[in-house]
Amino acid sequence: MSKENKKKDQSVSTENVSLNDDRRVKVLSPGALVAKRFFRNRTSVVGLAVLIFMFLFSFVGGLISPYDEDQLFYRDEYLNKTYAGVVENDEFRYATADGQSFDSVIQAQMILALQKGNDFFTYRNVNYTVTTEGEDFISVSLEDGTMIGIAYKDIISSSNEGMSLPFAMQYDVLKAYTNGETSFTHDGEAYTIDEGGVVYCGDTEVAYISRYQVNAIMPDVFLSRDFKEELTEAIKNGEEEFSFTDAGGVESEYLVTYQAASDTWEVLQSTQSRVFDTYSPPSKEHWLGTDRNGMDMLTRLMYGGRVSLIIGFIVEIIANVLGVIMGGISGYFGKWVDMVIMRIVDIFYCIPSTPIIIILGAAMDAMRVDPQIRMIYLMLILGFLSWPGVARMIRGLILSLREQEFMTATEACGIKTSRRIFRHLVPNVMPQLIVSATMGLGSTIIMEATLSFLGLGVKFPFASWGNIINDVNNISVLTNYWFIWIPAGVCLLLTVLAFNLVGDGLRDAFDPKMKR
Amino acid sequence: MRKYIVKRILISILILFFVAFIIYALMRCLPTSYIESMARQKSMQPGSKSFDEWMVQLKEMYNMDGGIIPGYFAWLGQVFRGDFGDSWFYTVPVLEKFSDTVWISFIMSAISLFFEVIIAIPLGIIAAKKQYSKTDYTISVIALAGISLPTFFFASLMKLVFSIKLGWFDLMGLVGRNYEQLSAWGKFLDKAHHLVLPIVTLTVISIGGLMRYTRTNMLEVLNADYIRTARAKGLSERKVVYHHAFRNTLIPLVTIIGGSLPGLFSGAMITETLYSIPGIGYTSYQAMVGGDIPFSMFYLTFLAVLTLLGNLISDILYAVVDPRVRIS
Repeated sequence: MSKENKKKDQSVSTENVSLNDDRRVKVLSPGALVAKRFFRNRTSVVGLAVLIFMFLFSFVGGLISPYDEDQLFYRDEYLNKTYAGVVENDEFRYATADGQSFDSVIQAQMILALQKGNDFFTYRNVNYTVTTEGEDFISVSLEDGTMIGIAYKDIISSSNEGMSLPFAMQYDVLKAYTNGETSFTHDGEAYTIDEGGVVYCGDTEVAYISRYQVNAIMPDVFLSRDFKEELTEAIKNGEEEFSFTDAGGVESEYLVTYQAASDTWEVLQSTQSRVFDTYSPPSKEHWLGTDRNGMDMLTRLMYGGRVSLIIGFIVEIIANVLGVIMGGISGYFGKWVDMVIMRIVDIFYCIPSTPIIIILGAAMDAMRVDPQIRMIYLMLILGFLSWPGVARMIRGLILSLREQEFMTATEACGIKTSRRIFRHLVPNVMPQLIVSATMGLGSTIIMEATLSFLGLGVKFPFASWGNIINDVNNISVLTNYWFIWIPAGVCLLLTVLAFNLVGDGLRDAFDPKMKR
Repeated sequence: MRKYIVKRILISILILFFVAFIIYALMRCLPTSYIESMARQKSMQPGSKSFDEWMVQLKEMYNMDGGIIPGYFAWLGQVFRGDFGDSWFYTVPVLEKFSDTVWISFIMSAISLFFEVIIAIPLGIIAAKKQYSKTDYTISVIALAGISLPTFFFASLMKLVFSIKLGWFDLMGLVGRNYEQLSAWGKFLDKAHHLVLPIVTLTVISIGGLMRYTRTNMLEVLNADYIRTARAKGLSERKVVYHHAFRNTLIPLVTIIGGSLPGLFSGAMITETLYSIPGIGYTSYQAMVGGDIPFSMFYLTFLAVLTLLGNLISDILYAVVDPRVRIS
């Protein structure tokens, strides 16, 4: 159909031109002919379009993207951390007088005596006197009246951080508090106790007394008296939430929960913490979410494409340059040169490349090679292992080209050998070379991706499509986070497919035998 | 013919000698981390010799003390006696581990080759028959997609769909959890069930190449003069394609398939690793990553032998199948 149309067009435009006019003949250079044949093939045009998109995506995308390759993202999380525990004290606590012994056996004997209603007990031939000094406040003395210890339920805490009150002071405070007195003297100084249980010496606050014991969970947190008081108040009123403004004016919210099993109140503080924004689903800021390190997936994908494509190209360049030189020399000179080079090619052909690269990768792991240098090694190794195929193909082509007339002509003209090879023979193998290189690019990219997938190729912090998919080894990623690995896989598939399609199209376009 | 084969075999042996040498030299140049870590471990034990002494002893034990060339000949001498040494990683003789694992790989590859052949060849022929039709384009693009599909990506997709979403297969491994309680038939079925996904993966990955190859060759044959003659005789299209053309397409197909037969033993390293199938591929992957020199040496040499054998078979088959080929 299209051919007929073109003929018609041509006949219309050439109507007024004389028969032997040059304009009647449409001249196309060989290159233009190839291009024309190439663009006629729809699948290869699609392939070319995909390739152009991928190149733009990888090389320009990285510049447009607002993020860097290894920029980390964070998110704020609110965590309810246990901040303090509150216990209502209903057991005796004991304090031993200075220089006395008030061990647990005597404490137990004292409790027994109390339960029996006795005000004395005997233990190991020593008589002890039990005196009820106030409400839930008992002292134990020896027969001669020396006090050895006290038992109490109201807890005294020092107002100064890290200080504890001496025994005599404790006794005096408790004595006054449990008897409902508001003032007492100790060591000749006058102290007052207010109804909240706070003990003042003059105007300075020295200690306070409470039935509720408030402990901080973290050892480095000092709970101020105000906080304890307000908390106690809140617990007494049965409140579940309470807020407290500390001395610095910062207000925090607390949750109070009663734990029936242990008869305690747990105080939770909701704190903000900053975590890496890992595996966050696609959103406006991160179109493809974030990866396991909290980096933007789309940006990683762009930079990964860059690495994959660059590695593919460099490897192909190394392989083709080596292959053309070796194949060219071998095919042109023939005889023993050909023999030697072809045996080398045979040897290289037999070396199993994938296992070798895996072994080298594992060795580089063991030697802790820097990721950047590792990438260069990877390219060199891949390139060096894939030239024999190219050499073999070039040799075959050159063997047949060598016998053609134009080569005899170059010889007759006395052109230098190197010039004959590289100016006259090599350009004639270019079409096949370009086709094989295009197809080879696809397989190189797959090879690199496979190695990176196994963790033996491109390493973090560099991204490559292969090592992005590597995350799929984690089953939860495979199951839950499609946006981590499917886009990279699709990019890989599309790029390789596009290279193959373009290669196919180029082969058809270069081959003059292909007529439609 | 016999002379040709003998000559090829001799050349192959020469090539193998050098390939093995290159592999050996490469392995020796690697940091022998395995021996080192073993020496470190042994020297830590109470009342043990020092690290250096262990190092010397272990190197001597593993033939690693001499230079590369004497070491290589020592290795070759052992190989001629059929002794590939003991695997460091698996601590059993290399050949024992090999014979334990190679059959599962062979079965997998053989089944997938079978499917590959029965799917790819008919599709390739159909595509060639209707060149530039929609069918042709579809088949060509599918074939190319199969070639372009990275194994690990396809395997992951399969796992996601069939193991996780549908729950039809286990994620990995060759046997299920209750394998030991099964009857002999049940054991067989369990293994077969676990091999479904790997075989499908292998088939899909390798189908494209053969399909394209068939198509190209069929196209070449269909343009040949004798096909024109057959058509001119007034034979039905069916007879032309399936009788005259197909037989001639078989020549390259038989050679390439014959050449790939030794490859059935090489194991599918990536696929086996992904599905944790304890075949030769997965086994040697672990050995290679673990720095197990005897096993890696054996496996790499084995692969080289398979490649050479494959080339030899396909060359011989070519001469056998195509009477026009004359070997000089």
